[in-house]
Amino acid sequence: MLEQTSGYEVVIGLEVHAQLQTRSKLFCGDGTSYGTPPNTAISPITLGHPGTLPRMNSKAVEHAIRMGLVCHCDISHYNYFARKNYFYPDLPKGYQVSQHTTPICNNGFVKIKAAGKEKKVSLTRIHMEEDAGKSMHDEGGDVTLLDYNRAGTPLIEIVTEPVMNTAEEASAFLTEIRKLVRWIGACDGNMEEGSLRCDANISVRKKGEAKLGTKVEVKNLNSIRNLRKAIEFESARLIDILKNDGKVDQETRSFNADDDTTFSIRTKEDADDYRYFPEPDLSPFSFTQEYINELRAGLPALPEELFQKYTAEYGLPEYDAGILSDDKTLSDYFEKAVRGTKYYKGVANLLLGPVKSWLNDSTKDWSELQVDPAVWPKLVELIDSGKLSFSLAAQKLVPQLIEQNHADPVQLAKAMNLFQDANASDIQNWVEEVLNRMPEKVSEFKKGKKGLLGMFMGEVKKISKGKADPKITNDLLLEKLNQP
Amino acid sequence: MARIEEYRHLNAFIDVFADEALTRAAELDNKKKKGLPCGKLFGVVVGIKDVICYKDHHISAGSAILKGFTSLYSATAIERLLGEDAIIIGNLNCDEFAMGSSNENSAYGNVLNALDPTRVSGGSSGGSAVAVQAGLCMVSLGSDTGGSVRQPADFCGVIGFKPGYGRISRYGLIAYASSFDQIGIFGTNIEDIALLVEIMAGPDEYDSTAARKPVPAFSQLLKDTKKFKIAYFPQSLAHPSLDPEIGMAIRDHLKMLEKEGHTVEPVDFELLDYIVPAYYILTTAEASSNLARYDGVKYGTRTKELVNNLDEFYRKSRSQGFGKEVKRRIMLGTFVLSTGYYDAYYTRAQQVRRRIKEQTDLIFKHFDIIILPTTPAPAFRFGEKSHDAVEMFLADLFTVFANLAGIPAISYPLSKHSNGMPFGIQAMTNQFEELSLLQFSNLSCHPSGTL
Repeated sequence: MLEQTSGYEVVIGLEVHAQLQTRSKLFCGDGTSYGTPPNTAISPITLGHPGTLPRMNSKAVEHAIRMGLVCHCDISHYNYFARKNYFYPDLPKGYQVSQHTTPICNNGFVKIKAAGKEKKVSLTRIHMEEDAGKSMHDEGGDVTLLDYNRAGTPLIEIVTEPVMNTAEEASAFLTEIRKLVRWIGACDGNMEEGSLRCDANISVRKKGEAKLGTKVEVKNLNSIRNLRKAIEFESARLIDILKNDGKVDQETRSFNADDDTTFSIRTKEDADDYRYFPEPDLSPFSFTQEYINELRAGLPALPEELFQKYTAEYGLPEYDAGILSDDKTLSDYFEKAVRGTKYYKGVANLLLGPVKSWLNDSTKDWSELQVDPAVWPKLVELIDSGKLSFSLAAQKLVPQLIEQNHADPVQLAKAMNLFQDANASDIQNWVEEVLNRMPEKVSEFKKGKKGLLGMFMGEVKKISKGKADPKITNDLLLEKLNQP
Repeated sequence: MARIEEYRHLNAFIDVFADEALTRAAELDNKKKKGLPCGKLFGVVVGIKDVICYKDHHISAGSAILKGFTSLYSATAIERLLGEDAIIIGNLNCDEFAMGSSNENSAYGNVLNALDPTRVSGGSSGGSAVAVQAGLCMVSLGSDTGGSVRQPADFCGVIGFKPGYGRISRYGLIAYASSFDQIGIFGTNIEDIALLVEIMAGPDEYDSTAARKPVPAFSQLLKDTKKFKIAYFPQSLAHPSLDPEIGMAIRDHLKMLEKEGHTVEPVDFELLDYIVPAYYILTTAEASSNLARYDGVKYGTRTKELVNNLDEFYRKSRSQGFGKEVKRRIMLGTFVLSTGYYDAYYTRAQQVRRRIKEQTDLIFKHFDIIILPTTPAPAFRFGEKSHDAVEMFLADLFTVFANLAGIPAISYPLSKHSNGMPFGIQAMTNQFEELSLLQFSNLSCHPSGTL
């Protein structure tokens, strides 16, 4: 790949559509949930019946502004919608109501990390628009079926400048956007259900050239993988054309996930003239700086801020801080767990260790974790007191705490008979038993093979069924082994 | 009912809701007998133009493309009338999608002027005007995008009132040009009209363009009157298209008003020649988009012919469903919004509209009322003008002004032409000054009476 692209530069800009998580549609009261039976979430307004008018959904505006704030955009105080006119059966009114010409958010950027380097991806704009319905051509027979449930669902479109150069950067951007929309609750980020969709504008130019090459647009990429594959395929195809002194056609293409290729759906020559003009059925709307400030104040702490807090304030290693600040449900849970305590590291170890393994094993995610977060600092206290080893807690107690949704680790550990025997004489007996059982190893140790200590520790742990306090065991073993 | 039957040949009604109206009348009688509270429009019989939605009733905007379509909901204005115990008597004929000035563009045929059946009713709300003219209902609703209430009122010798833009919710009014459309009222006296506006006006959560301004109790304030400052445009009275008899009558009327103690002054208005072009560019642009939804996919009629692809389906359904005038305006509107022509037409027309609004605001800084003719000439004969679209457009000169500026306007009967037909005069006030317009009209308009 690298060899093939040398001498050429790929330039990528993305357009990401995110369905906003509102209870009702952008311009009427119909519901927006995914998967309802066809044509049940519709009303005369959704269907564009004669005489109907749109009604603005203020929650959608709120989401759009919040997303703009998170992406460091300039927010327009005065806003209006336009009509994008075109005919298609799943577009009930014959036009889409969109802010295409006057977006609510301008400029801004999103930070990504790709190939180990941080990069700021500049945004052109974020605007609001309504989604269309769905056409189904392949339901058998010579018919097209139409489902208008999705029609009128509020969307934001996030448009970047042509500033990315690799498929990796583009995927990192889309991943970051998915994280952000989920983080602020603007969109569920579900690409399979189409809540988040992406179009990629791709062009290629000779390295060092200032002018952008002719672009192609690949539509409706519905996974991060498909985005990556589409860019890889298109980059190679475009470079190949240029290498052979060919001319790139400005066209719209579609991605075929079966063989990871793209194919042309229309060229610029037959591009539509959308005849945009201001939507006269919706009054322009404006909001004050105070309103924007209020929304800003209500934003949750973002991954970046949390990372800072976890490393600087909580003293967590960057690795832990990175994972904890990458998932909103996890960071919310973690914050609840450590509230009022100082057991940051201890709780992080439990969550990222045994709790995460339990979730993995039971194929669940953080949102499905029911157990009270306050249980974890209690468990850390218990481990720190030496009464219960971390490994025993991890293997035995944690899964039970979660499964029984138990609030009291001390009580449960007692009930499970897990407490380490603090009785030194028991440990003394176990130590002696082990050492007596393996005299050769003891003499090897005495000759200098100090690494065997771990093996002795393990044996004691085994026969004590984990109840021996490791520190006391260690001390007693050394005491015995160092005797002449 | 007998009267409606007697005047059936005028073709004012598309549907008469006879049984239903009688049932409702009986219900209302019962209500009164029981001593229950009665609404402000108790038993008032109202006809509605075939562009205003009434739940579970047929509506077609006078178009073949919506033949057989039934509305699933009622317009806000209708809900409010029903809430005050009005009786809706039927759907009134009109030009297709409210496009026309003679009611010669309806899929249901022409509406005849009751005073002279060889002459047009005016349009587009021709059926609404004739229904009141012939006494087939007490009041009727029309819609006014560029004069569609005032011009037929003028032709039929009744009162036609268009509130300012945004006064009455447009929810449930089939759109012609969204930023111009307004529900209007036909009646024979100002009291009736004032009462209807009062009931229908006011904010509506279903129409973001409906004004949030409080609505005065128009009907009770009609008599609180004053001496008005009246402006008129000399250019309009000297306009070559204006019938001299109408010009004379208006001058006499102004003299009379002055004599009664009002101030009357000429005001220069240079934008008169730009009004009609700006109006037709903007309204057709909006119409081309508003009418895109009638595609035969979701409702209404679709072509019965076999088609090979989607384009052909659209082309056939729309070509067969729409009439000539509607097609003309859709094409015109599509053209003025097209890349390459947009700035020369649409953008320029928007600028003209803004200037008209500014100049109008300026005039209303010094005056209460603007007087204009309603139409250049009285009702013409069928076919007389229908061959020349441009001539027909130009005749809208005096009425489209109020729609471009978004202000309230009224046409009330003034006199009778030597040809025997009535004609009216037009008065306008500033935005949200419906009250002074109704007060002024109440002073100057002498009830016409119906046939």
